[in-house]
Amino acid sequence: MLDFLWLIPILPLAGAALNGCLGRKPPKALVTLLNVGAPLLSLLVALGCLWEYGHGTAQVIEKAYYAWTAGPLAIEAGFRLDQLSAVMLFVVTFVGFLIHVYSVGYMGHEEGYRRYFAYLNLFMAAMLLLVLGSNYLVMFVGWEGVGLCSYLLIGFYYDQDFPPYAGKKAFIVNRVGDFAFLLGMFALIAKFGTLQYSTIFKQIQEQPGLVTGPYVGGFTLAGFVALCFFVGAMGKSAQIPLYVWLPDAMAGPTPVSALIHAATMVTAGVYMVARTNVIYQLAPGVSQFVAVIGAATALFAATIGLAQTDIKKVLAYSTVSQLGYMFLAAGLGAYSAAIFHLGTHAFFKALLFLGSGSVIHAMGGEQDMRQMGGLRKALPQTFITFVIGALAIAGIFPFAGFFSKDEILHAAAEHGQWPLYAVGLLTAALTAFYMFRAVFLTFWGRFRGTPEQEHHLHESPPSMTIPLWILAVGALGSGWLGWPGKHNWIASFLDPVILHPAGAQAAEHAISPLLLGLLALAVAAAAIWYAWKVYGDDLGTEQGEQWAARFPWIHDLLVHKYYVDEIYDLMIVRPLAALADFFWKGIDGMVIDGALHTGAATAKVAGEVSRFSITGNVRNYALYFFLGVILLFLWLIF
Amino acid sequence: MEVPIQWYLLLAAALFAIGAAGALTRRNGISIFLSIELMLNAANLTLVAYSRLLAVRTGQLVVFFVLAVAAAEAAVGLALFIAVFRQRHTIDVNRINLMRW
Amino acid sequence: METVIFLIFAALALGSSLVVVAHKNPIYSTMSLVLTLFSVAVLFVMLGAPFVGVLQVLIYTGAIVVLFLFVIMLLNLQRTGRDDSRMAGQSLQIIVALGGAALFALLIALALSRTSLPPVQALTADMVSLKLLSRQLFTEYLLPFEIVGLLLLVAVIGATVVARRPPQADTTTSYVESTKGSEP
Repeated sequence: MLDFLWLIPILPLAGAALNGCLGRKPPKALVTLLNVGAPLLSLLVALGCLWEYGHGTAQVIEKAYYAWTAGPLAIEAGFRLDQLSAVMLFVVTFVGFLIHVYSVGYMGHEEGYRRYFAYLNLFMAAMLLLVLGSNYLVMFVGWEGVGLCSYLLIGFYYDQDFPPYAGKKAFIVNRVGDFAFLLGMFALIAKFGTLQYSTIFKQIQEQPGLVTGPYVGGFTLAGFVALCFFVGAMGKSAQIPLYVWLPDAMAGPTPVSALIHAATMVTAGVYMVARTNVIYQLAPGVSQFVAVIGAATALFAATIGLAQTDIKKVLAYSTVSQLGYMFLAAGLGAYSAAIFHLGTHAFFKALLFLGSGSVIHAMGGEQDMRQMGGLRKALPQTFITFVIGALAIAGIFPFAGFFSKDEILHAAAEHGQWPLYAVGLLTAALTAFYMFRAVFLTFWGRFRGTPEQEHHLHESPPSMTIPLWILAVGALGSGWLGWPGKHNWIASFLDPVILHPAGAQAAEHAISPLLLGLLALAVAAAAIWYAWKVYGDDLGTEQGEQWAARFPWIHDLLVHKYYVDEIYDLMIVRPLAALADFFWKGIDGMVIDGALHTGAATAKVAGEVSRFSITGNVRNYALYFFLGVILLFLWLIF
Repeated sequence: MEVPIQWYLLLAAALFAIGAAGALTRRNGISIFLSIELMLNAANLTLVAYSRLLAVRTGQLVVFFVLAVAAAEAAVGLALFIAVFRQRHTIDVNRINLMRW
Repeated sequence: METVIFLIFAALALGSSLVVVAHKNPIYSTMSLVLTLFSVAVLFVMLGAPFVGVLQVLIYTGAIVVLFLFVIMLLNLQRTGRDDSRMAGQSLQIIVALGGAALFALLIALALSRTSLPPVQALTADMVSLKLLSRQLFTEYLLPFEIVGLLLLVAVIGATVVARRPPQADTTTSYVESTKGSEP
């Protein structure tokens, strides 16, 4: 089966491409069969490969399909299956497949059903390329591909004004990150002549001196590459300051938000940092920076989530916040903790998004939580699974989030980074609070919507609820893979991927995970209790509004997301637009077109002046001719 | 006494100049044509003179061809004149000026 | 002796060329051209090219000038009128033309005075031999010969086409239609 590794990304790609071959108006069943069958087959192949890998002895499976050599540069098109990509592979194919199934129900009534699935399958193909690639180039191809699909899917409802704008915003902000990613890749090429993980990492492991000498701007090569890559991750994984596209990306269909902006695409940055752990370990300054940014983003986004009224926006900021946790872990050197949280987060965030989709579906498209309430009676399955997801993200034992989040906080404590620990703990509290705020506002109390909406309320079809249940199982059980201490399966599984170059630093303190775990649990439980006090039962939004009235400027700041978008608009977007305008009207219009017009005008004037020599009189012409001959003659003689 | 070759050449130049003057000055199309034939003759004379000077036959042979071409040119040119005359009923070169600006 | 002959015929050539250029009546111009051509033919013979001279008389005077005469008579050309088609700046043009021509002649004279030509060798029988001339024509200059033949063919066709009466529009019918009335 491992020989068919290449099928894993190719199957969804073929599915996406074949969409065009189904004729003008294919029956919906056929479209569904093709577009859900392709990721299913991909999942089965992936499971087969993982089985073989797990039962085999090889640590790493590398398959090369094509190799170019251009002078000093050697590039391969190939796949690599090792522990890290195995975890990612499982998450992407499994969660991806479930979301495809869910989409059948959710997008069933859409005009662009086929187009949606084509984009979604294309996304799967690109994401799988990203995680399976054996070198940075293949990863980058996948990286760009998912960026493209993100743009396509965010702007799915292209007949409205906002979605295309949001899609553009996502793509452009991503591009800033991509630029930095490319710079990092170029630096690696300059040094190593290749982008193969195996080659580069092996060389660095054996000779750390290759990358620890001074390089540019006070950075070592390791620091430079690490920083560039992290900026790329900032864009893709929505960290400060490049996170602004993610909340607006909620304009896309909800399953898209679940798959791309929660479970898979945004995690690509974390994967990339984890993959590059060797270099980060040799760049302690940049790693610290990564951790700080991660923690800051986590806290920052959590505070914004407190004041959002759109259920999807709450989840979006929650995603940004959880991604911050992952980078906090990666920055601290706890790469397996980061990946662990990535995996659990994929399950419970996808669950939460799909659950919210179920709610929105039932509400006939309404996303404002102020219009909801008491939905637990009308949507029992959605309710239960959503609460499971919320408990998981809040970090309540025995759900998954408890284990993965605690792993991260534990790492912060062990490294003696108490400020980061405090931020992480505070954020955990806020996370629990805003998450359950959402839960209570949506599912408890009286229904606050219109009578038509109330009439329309119904539980979702099985195609939507079954994935919810499956994900709920994951949200519950996946945490156990990371039981702290000796039995931490995921840490030991991922250990071979974390290369230790000579001279890297180990953790300093050893702190009892039990103690920290209890502390975190207590904090989270307290937050949930407080959320109940403010929003629970029949209180709805009243208490919340009272709070808002008491601190109007805080509330304003939070609701307007700290005005970051407005600041960007003023500082970046407008100057760029003015510059573009200048180039368009000024340079293109006046200089280039002007040169053209001047040339044409010159020809015209020259013609108008010289036409008087065309008298129509042949004798005149002969005279000119003769005079010319004389001149020539003169020139010849003298 | 031997006639110096320069005299032949000078004569040819003079004939050419006269022919040129006539071609550029006259209004009658036929007269222009005659002047052109005159110029051609002057060129022929020059060619033969040089042929004699350099003791080769090349000049004479070229004159042979010039003669043939001149005949062809005269035929076609006069045919054109006839065609133009049919349209405009004049050979006056000043009047044939449709391609004016 | 030679000089005398040269001077006579040179003067004749110059004089008649002036008449060609200056006379109002085209018939007189043409006749003067005949005289000029004859004089030049004599000069050709003096230069050791009798064949060319004969050709000159045959082709030039015998054919071309006759053609001219035919056309003049066909078009029934008269003396050209004086003022009816004066153009603007015509006087200037005439002055410039005459000046240019004179300048040209002077320049050639100047050039000639500056250069030194090699001495002229005596005429040998070989030089004037028709046999040798024609041999060279048909070997070395065969290609130009053939091409000139082609050129003459083209000229004949062209002259015929250009000068014919244009076909009447309403009498242009297809062959089929034109044979309609003659069925059986």
